[in-house]
Amino acid sequence: MAVQTTTTAGTTQAAPRRLLLEVLHDWVTTVDHKKIGLMYIGYALFFLVVAGCQALLMRIQLAVPNNHFVSPQTFDSLFTMHGTTMVFFVGMPILFGFGNYLVPLMIGARDMAFPRLNAFSFWISAFGGMLLYFSYFGASGLYGAGSAPDVGWFAYAPLTAQIFSPGHSTDYWTLAILLSGIGNIGTALNIVATTICMRCPGMKLNRMPLLVWLYLVTSCLAFVTISPLTAAQIMLMLDRYVGSHFFDTQAGGSAVLWMHFFWIFGHPEVYILVLPAFAFANEIIPVFSRKAIFGYPAMVAASVGIGFISLSVWAHHMFTVGLGPGPNTFFTLATMVIAVPTGIKIFNWLATIWGGKIHFTVAMMFATGFLFQFLIAGLTGIMLSVAPFDWQLGNSYFVVAHFHYVLVGAILFMIFSAFYYWFPKMSGRMLSERLGKWHFWIFLIGFHLTFDFMHVPGLLGMPRRIYTYEADRGWMIWNMIVSSGAVFQAVATLLFVYNMVWSYFKGPIAGPDPWDAWTLEWSTASPPPAYNFAEVPTVESRRPLWDIKHPEDPDSRYE
Amino acid sequence: MAHSFWPGLAVQISTGFSHGSTSIFAPAGTPAHSIFSLSMLVLSIVAAIFLVVAGLLLYAVVRYRHRADAANASVEPPQIYGSTQIELSWTVIPVLIVVLLFLATARIILTTQNAPKPANALDVTVIGHQFWWEYDYPKLGIVTANELHIPVSDPKHPTPTYLTMSSADTDHSFWVPRLAGKMDLIPNQINTMWIDPQAPGLYLGQCAQYCGVQHAKMLIRVYADNPPEFAAWVAHQQQPAVDDPGVAEGRAVFLHNACMSCHTIAGTAATGRFGPDLTHVASRDTIASGSVTNNPANLRAFIDNPATFKPGVLMPAMHLSQHDLDAVVAYLSTLK
Amino acid sequence: MSQTAVIPQTANEAWILPSRGVVGMACLIVAESAIFTIFVVAYLYYLGRDQRGPTPRQVLDLPLFTSICLLSSSLTVHLAVAALHRGRRHACSLWLAATVLLGSIFLGGTAHEWYTLIYRDGLTIQTNLFGTTFYSLVGLHATHVLVGLAMLSLALVFSLNGSMSAKHTGRLEVLSLYWHFVDAVWVVVFTVVYVLGR
Repeated sequence: MAVQTTTTAGTTQAAPRRLLLEVLHDWVTTVDHKKIGLMYIGYALFFLVVAGCQALLMRIQLAVPNNHFVSPQTFDSLFTMHGTTMVFFVGMPILFGFGNYLVPLMIGARDMAFPRLNAFSFWISAFGGMLLYFSYFGASGLYGAGSAPDVGWFAYAPLTAQIFSPGHSTDYWTLAILLSGIGNIGTALNIVATTICMRCPGMKLNRMPLLVWLYLVTSCLAFVTISPLTAAQIMLMLDRYVGSHFFDTQAGGSAVLWMHFFWIFGHPEVYILVLPAFAFANEIIPVFSRKAIFGYPAMVAASVGIGFISLSVWAHHMFTVGLGPGPNTFFTLATMVIAVPTGIKIFNWLATIWGGKIHFTVAMMFATGFLFQFLIAGLTGIMLSVAPFDWQLGNSYFVVAHFHYVLVGAILFMIFSAFYYWFPKMSGRMLSERLGKWHFWIFLIGFHLTFDFMHVPGLLGMPRRIYTYEADRGWMIWNMIVSSGAVFQAVATLLFVYNMVWSYFKGPIAGPDPWDAWTLEWSTASPPPAYNFAEVPTVESRRPLWDIKHPEDPDSRYE
Repeated sequence: MAHSFWPGLAVQISTGFSHGSTSIFAPAGTPAHSIFSLSMLVLSIVAAIFLVVAGLLLYAVVRYRHRADAANASVEPPQIYGSTQIELSWTVIPVLIVVLLFLATARIILTTQNAPKPANALDVTVIGHQFWWEYDYPKLGIVTANELHIPVSDPKHPTPTYLTMSSADTDHSFWVPRLAGKMDLIPNQINTMWIDPQAPGLYLGQCAQYCGVQHAKMLIRVYADNPPEFAAWVAHQQQPAVDDPGVAEGRAVFLHNACMSCHTIAGTAATGRFGPDLTHVASRDTIASGSVTNNPANLRAFIDNPATFKPGVLMPAMHLSQHDLDAVVAYLSTLK
Repeated sequence: MSQTAVIPQTANEAWILPSRGVVGMACLIVAESAIFTIFVVAYLYYLGRDQRGPTPRQVLDLPLFTSICLLSSSLTVHLAVAALHRGRRHACSLWLAATVLLGSIFLGGTAHEWYTLIYRDGLTIQTNLFGTTFYSLVGLHATHVLVGLAMLSLALVFSLNGSMSAKHTGRLEVLSLYWHFVDAVWVVVFTVVYVLGR
């Protein structure tokens, strides 16, 4: 391994002030996994705010029927940009950001397996995001600003064909996804290689922290799911640029083929996003319950199982496209089966807190919210897996509520939890718990106002992606409540951003191990030096720091 | 069955207030009914799981919280690494639930999608367009748009309507929640579904697959008529267009402008297929795909600038003079 | 805890992990296989659905000679790695040169095939579904051959100017893995396009 230059720990505070340009140069040229991880996170947070504002605009528009707040064209590009941004430029980068930061630290490595590839992956993904937003100015050739993509985030053919989507907005969308896909495959490859080849002595596969296991599964999943999306985007670009007929229905091409290709990516993508959230829960819940994770092997098996099963469920997004009773029955079964490993996970978390001493820090509060909300999201998922029920609920606001329950109620809650848990490691300072509690409660109220009540208009027949609706359908009251919840969420998110900024400068010093935790990242300084560990650690169990703190009762005795 | 489960309750409250119900919990046809019963089974199972698991979670969260004043507050709790028996039990029980749910679901999938078609079923071809619905009755020789008339189906002597569906441009989806689940309309592909409203009346729905700018105003109106009314409707629709000499001027405006290249009026030179068939346009309750009431004022505003009601609609503003506008509206209003 | 915890070094057994180059390349191969799978699925899905020709049966010839060239280049690249491993640099250069030559013959064959298809048979990517799926699948593979050839040529240059030695065996092996993959994909493409689909 390359010898790294030694700098003092906690550069952010201790080092003398440098020129802005030098700092910038440092970040742009860095190949350090921690800096790249932070850049991923920062970039994702920026887009989280952008896509959150888009959601707010949509909620204002839908608060009352026949509203004229935004035009239909604007609304269509709002939901397209919101979905695309949240999935590709918030979810993926924030999770890969944490992965980048944490995986080497947790396996006792000094960097990723391919540091330069890591930097390349980040910058190419970042460029993809900028390209997507450049469409606001460039999609019609620098005039007619505001012409962002408006084909929906799954961009069903043939709406994306030249005749239905003239101009260049769809081209920007395709290119942005393609680039972000390349970056994601690069990062996934890096995480797998790091996990397999860079573990510190003693860190056998069955001693890896569950977080690392889950990132391994997520990354493997990324190879077999993001690649099909990349292939489909190449086909779409060939259609749009050189006139091929993959999805050109007027020349015999098939619209359904695109749906298959997209959802072969699209459904496992949900698991790519949710597995890292499980990963955070697997680290945070045990630490604040003061107990080892219950059933480590079952948790690993369940994660790998989810990974495999998730590859065979994609057509449950297509119950209404006329696949026929055979495929509908098969995909119903495959989808329901996923409930089993998912159930194992929930029960094991329950068993982990059972008999523990739960410390309700803000991180644990968010994790508790995650447990309840993920339970509900899973149950509405079972409802949707019942194909006939899905013929009614599919593409309605019920589905929108369901997947937001997963993406916000489970994933975003765990991301917030992860921020409260690892921010001290990343910055050297604690986040304010007092502000954090405000953040938690306001966000919780907003979340439930918005997404609990969002199920109802779906049951009442309101389809998704409509810019307005008729007054006589009885949807207004529900939409009004949903929109009012969005305001709470926005306020809470602002509080969170303020908390991060304030704590970065004024927060109490964290020290290396503020939570009395057990995994390797807490054995080094906060923030860790560029080389991570002064001495490469050796481990003998799943909780190396527990062994040190409890020499009379080490984990290694039970493994 | 758990009819009192909260979404059901909430929905019933809300449907009580709303006039044009599109609730999936107010089924009025066989497919919607069987989905409704299945959904009640699913809801009760899901609700039971929720109560058990959330109850346990809540208990654990309250019972096992850290108490700073307890005697052993600084001692770590006993470490438990797992238990094969317990883990096995919460693997097997979900498997059993999944098997139960799956069997119930498979039955409904097969009975709905493999239902034998009775000989007296009505055939209607539904073509989705940006952003309106074309309804063709091939055996009756009727072509109409946006308002689907079908006979009521008496459960004792069912007269279901079989829809053969495709699209002329992008993907659409036909969804009338009270009658059946949705089915997509996809170019280059033929899908089928059937509906059998068991009470006369108007059933509302709308396009449920994003199809372009005006996806939101691609509304569906299904009129379930009693047999005599339906027969009368059919007989009327089979007539050619009314040719009232009093509105000859408006007719001339229609035929001498681009109107005729997109719209058909049976019995005239207008045979366009790009827009809705207007042979009996005045017999419809609404225009612009169900978005506004069909009256001369709305018709006039729509022809003057279709984007007033439907921004993004494919029909261009015709830039007719005020005089021509009045004439063409007068003409169209006679096309009962 | 105020001090940084340092975990004592107590390992006494050897701690050997796989080479990251090989693992990285294996990951890339899995990802690339998924991309090719999608193109193959599209090819098979649209096979025989064309309303108008030309059809594969009318215009495709079996590219036997060039396929044999490409497949045998797998052997030569393997021999190059083996030679480098034993420190025989001249043999390595020779086998690398042979690999580049065989790969170039294959690409030349593809170029000739495309020229004939376009100018004799009038089949372009815009003609029909067969043209669309054929050019994109074969073209995607040819692009991979091109990338492999570029890297092999670079290796050949390093080998010729003497900057490659036995300690670079691992890297050349990673490259050879890629090349084997490109060959394996050709076996699939050949079977699908020229055997099953004709």
